[in-house]
Amino acid sequence: MAKKLVTLTVNGETHELAVEPRELLIYVLREKLRLTGPHVGCETSHCGACTVDLNGKSVKSCTVLAAQADGAEITTIEGIGKPDALHVLQEMFREHHGLQCGFCTPGMITRAYRLLQENPTPTEEEVRFGISGNLCRCTGYQNIVKSILAAAEQMNAMKEAAE
Amino acid sequence: MKDLDEREERRSALKGLGCSRKRVEDVRFTQGKGHYVDDISMPGMLHGDFVRSPYAHARVVSIDASKALALPGVVAVLTAKDLEPLSLHWMPTLAGDKQMVLADGKVLFQGQEVAFVVAKDRYIAADAVELVEVEYEELPVLVDPFEALQSDVVLREDIKDAKEGAHGPRKHHNHIFTWEEGNAEATEQAIGAAEVVAEEMIYYHRTHPCPLEPCGTVASMDKVNGKLTIWGTFQAPHVVRTVASLLSGIEEHNIRVVSPDIGGGFGNKVGVYPGYVCAIVASIVTGVPVKWIEDRMENLMATAFARDYWMKGRIAATKEGKITALDVHVTADHGAFDACADPTKFPAGFFHIVTGSYDIPVAHVAVDGVYTNKAPGGVAYRCSFRVTEAAYCIERMIEVLAIELGMDAAELRRINFIKKEQFPYQSALGWEYDSGDYHTAWDKALKAVDYEGLRKEQAERVEAFKRGETRKLLGIGLTHFTEIVGAGPVKNCDILGMGMFDSCEIRIHPTGSAIARLGTISQGQGHATTFAQILASEIGLSADSITIEEGDTDTAPYGLGTYGSRSTPVAGAATAMAGRKIRAKAQMIAAYLLEVHDDDLEWDVDRFVVKGAPERFKTMKDIAYAAYNQAIPGLEPGLEAVSYYDPPNMTYPFGAYICVMEVDVDTGEWEVRQFYALDDCGTRINPMVIEGQVHGGVTEALAIAMGQEIAYDEMGNCKTGTLMDFYLPTAWETPNYTTDFTETPSPHHPIGAKGVGESPNVGGVPAFSNAVHDAFRAFGLRQSHMPHDHWRIWKIAQSLGLHQ
Repeated sequence: MAKKLVTLTVNGETHELAVEPRELLIYVLREKLRLTGPHVGCETSHCGACTVDLNGKSVKSCTVLAAQADGAEITTIEGIGKPDALHVLQEMFREHHGLQCGFCTPGMITRAYRLLQENPTPTEEEVRFGISGNLCRCTGYQNIVKSILAAAEQMNAMKEAAE
Repeated sequence: MKDLDEREERRSALKGLGCSRKRVEDVRFTQGKGHYVDDISMPGMLHGDFVRSPYAHARVVSIDASKALALPGVVAVLTAKDLEPLSLHWMPTLAGDKQMVLADGKVLFQGQEVAFVVAKDRYIAADAVELVEVEYEELPVLVDPFEALQSDVVLREDIKDAKEGAHGPRKHHNHIFTWEEGNAEATEQAIGAAEVVAEEMIYYHRTHPCPLEPCGTVASMDKVNGKLTIWGTFQAPHVVRTVASLLSGIEEHNIRVVSPDIGGGFGNKVGVYPGYVCAIVASIVTGVPVKWIEDRMENLMATAFARDYWMKGRIAATKEGKITALDVHVTADHGAFDACADPTKFPAGFFHIVTGSYDIPVAHVAVDGVYTNKAPGGVAYRCSFRVTEAAYCIERMIEVLAIELGMDAAELRRINFIKKEQFPYQSALGWEYDSGDYHTAWDKALKAVDYEGLRKEQAERVEAFKRGETRKLLGIGLTHFTEIVGAGPVKNCDILGMGMFDSCEIRIHPTGSAIARLGTISQGQGHATTFAQILASEIGLSADSITIEEGDTDTAPYGLGTYGSRSTPVAGAATAMAGRKIRAKAQMIAAYLLEVHDDDLEWDVDRFVVKGAPERFKTMKDIAYAAYNQAIPGLEPGLEAVSYYDPPNMTYPFGAYICVMEVDVDTGEWEVRQFYALDDCGTRINPMVIEGQVHGGVTEALAIAMGQEIAYDEMGNCKTGTLMDFYLPTAWETPNYTTDFTETPSPHHPIGAKGVGESPNVGGVPAFSNAVHDAFRAFGLRQSHMPHDHWRIWKIAQSLGLHQ
């Protein structure tokens, strides 16, 4: 199959890649760029384990073609925080036991990262609605919701302190 | 007082038992640095994919792989014919049956593995699957176990004439086994003589564990040194190594099995699947690594269903409600092959815990296993072996009996509970319950939810409904469950002949930190966090200074793995026992260093202290260093220990769950208004982790009770093969839970812990289901089968004439 050249800016780094037109973004990220944070849980866009941030929107990268993402800015879990500078969400998920097996976690945090930019002061109901495209089999969501609300609070406090 | 404070300070610095220690695993998981099997990539690695049967029952007339093999990038297409010379076209199951690895002459369920394509990447493999031409000749399909037992259609032609199966005589060519426990005669007598008898068929439908990460493996045969390495989603890596050795003929020391991070298991990852066998064979043949990862549809259709038990219960009682007997007959649909994951001697698992939390003088159970044209499996989906079926059965039967008696179901439970002073309690079906205090837990639960107030509100709601003021009913779902977890003991329990002990090996490093390796494997339970806590309290080193490792058979001691809530009861016990061996040697070293007799020392949190002279002591850190740098007469250098723990009995966690649910009569919609979960898992290691386990387990129970099922049509087509049809709750409809506890330690476990991971699923399912039933009790509902999706609830209301 003839390949197509695409340019993806992932976590701030620009890559030129030759991909098959049918190649899914998730496999390009995982197998070509070795960003194995986003996972494949269903391949039908139900579970959200593959969630990444694409041009400022949460997308399920198992149902986006890499060719469609040509020229896009993409953020994966690997770009959200660094070992010596974790994102507040990453800290709060640990603090409030918002994860167990860890398989949904990268997608969940990546979704929450966008959600809190869309709505920096969400109610519990808004968080529950906002992450309803991301499934978790381990936690029953209660502590995930708690983690996201705690992160929102901290981020707002930090913002206030900076102003 | 100052001494006490100082001691408490030292104790809390250890982050040992009882501490809500933050999880060490989370640091990598939150950064996307978990390492799951599909993350493995190796040079030259090939990808495997299956051609699967579209039919539930058909003869395979021919397989033509020529077009697939002609596709550039395709390396091989394996069929049963290729595996036959290696005797690998069939494989043994955990239940004493055998299962086709690749279709051998016929297919027996939709989605069955027919051919295995090996190609250079996953896209080419998927293309090649489409190019393999298989000709089938359809055969009559049996999806109903009752019909299967009457039908002339033979499903398993390979054993058609076998009068004996792995578990005794077979009554019919589609019959697998009959298994019985208890006293049939005495039970019949008691039922015959009873004042009240309630009888009901309770169906616990077929469902699936569906962890978010599907099953998969990477097999790598290194032909240079003759070593086979298998990474995979294995809840029991050591058993996989033994099985791989027995099947392949490769000596066990030349096989290394590694379970990397596992994205949830819930029983799905206990068994050995055709994909593992095919990937291993393909790697042995090609000499390069071969990866096989199933997709979600393959996961739901082919690997490890759970439940599918038709339970006919009869419960007898006096007019006052004292239960006098219980009889249960189960028709168990096992699908095409008997691949249940149960200890060898127990083809129906521990279903005979079905007397539950109640003191029932006589009881009898019989289980008939049946073949049908459905996927094989029968795994314990977040429960100990068949325990959730048992708990659901008795908790429904209690409700039915309450209706029969016109009694309050909470009171009926209370008057039949096993009393605190009866423990250790011998059940009529042969178990010895280790410890419990059911009345205390029950009273605490009823008080916490204001049970009387709820009943009053419910009665008012019924009246308002009758007056036409509301279309919503209120259900109060009660459950008091007793689990049985932590298999062994070895004398009763084995998997493929391997006794169900578990193990821990500890090495203390000279500078006072440590590594401990266990025979279990975490799939999200947080073993790296909690096992370090057990050890911290035993040996007096901070949990932060202890690394826990599991899942690599080259380094970890042999163990039977993680399922059936056995990690804490068995491997947790091994950890404590190995820790005590460390402490025993440390005491001798301390005695030498302090120039006193061993007996003159006492243990104090993190140190040995000379009795009566508290200023003279050696901390575990001092001792660790001395173990490596001093020549101590009569003692070997170093500080290491290993324990293989064979538990004397199982543990019996229990709990009281109450669900308050609003049900809309016209739409069948439901909303959980309140869910209270009281768990007694004995000694509590990490309350934060326990709470997390309860949240997750109850949510899986919510899924099962309220919508999740593996359903087939009459042609044997699986109707629930994607997450569009197979229900996983989202954050939106999942409620918040209130957790609570009592603490009744296990008398035989070294630290008194009982295990908790599966309790919430065992207790949750009847709590949700009983709430639905209870909402309609006032209108005459007695029994309606799960899952209680909106349509089925609507049908209940319709059948009771509640729609205008």
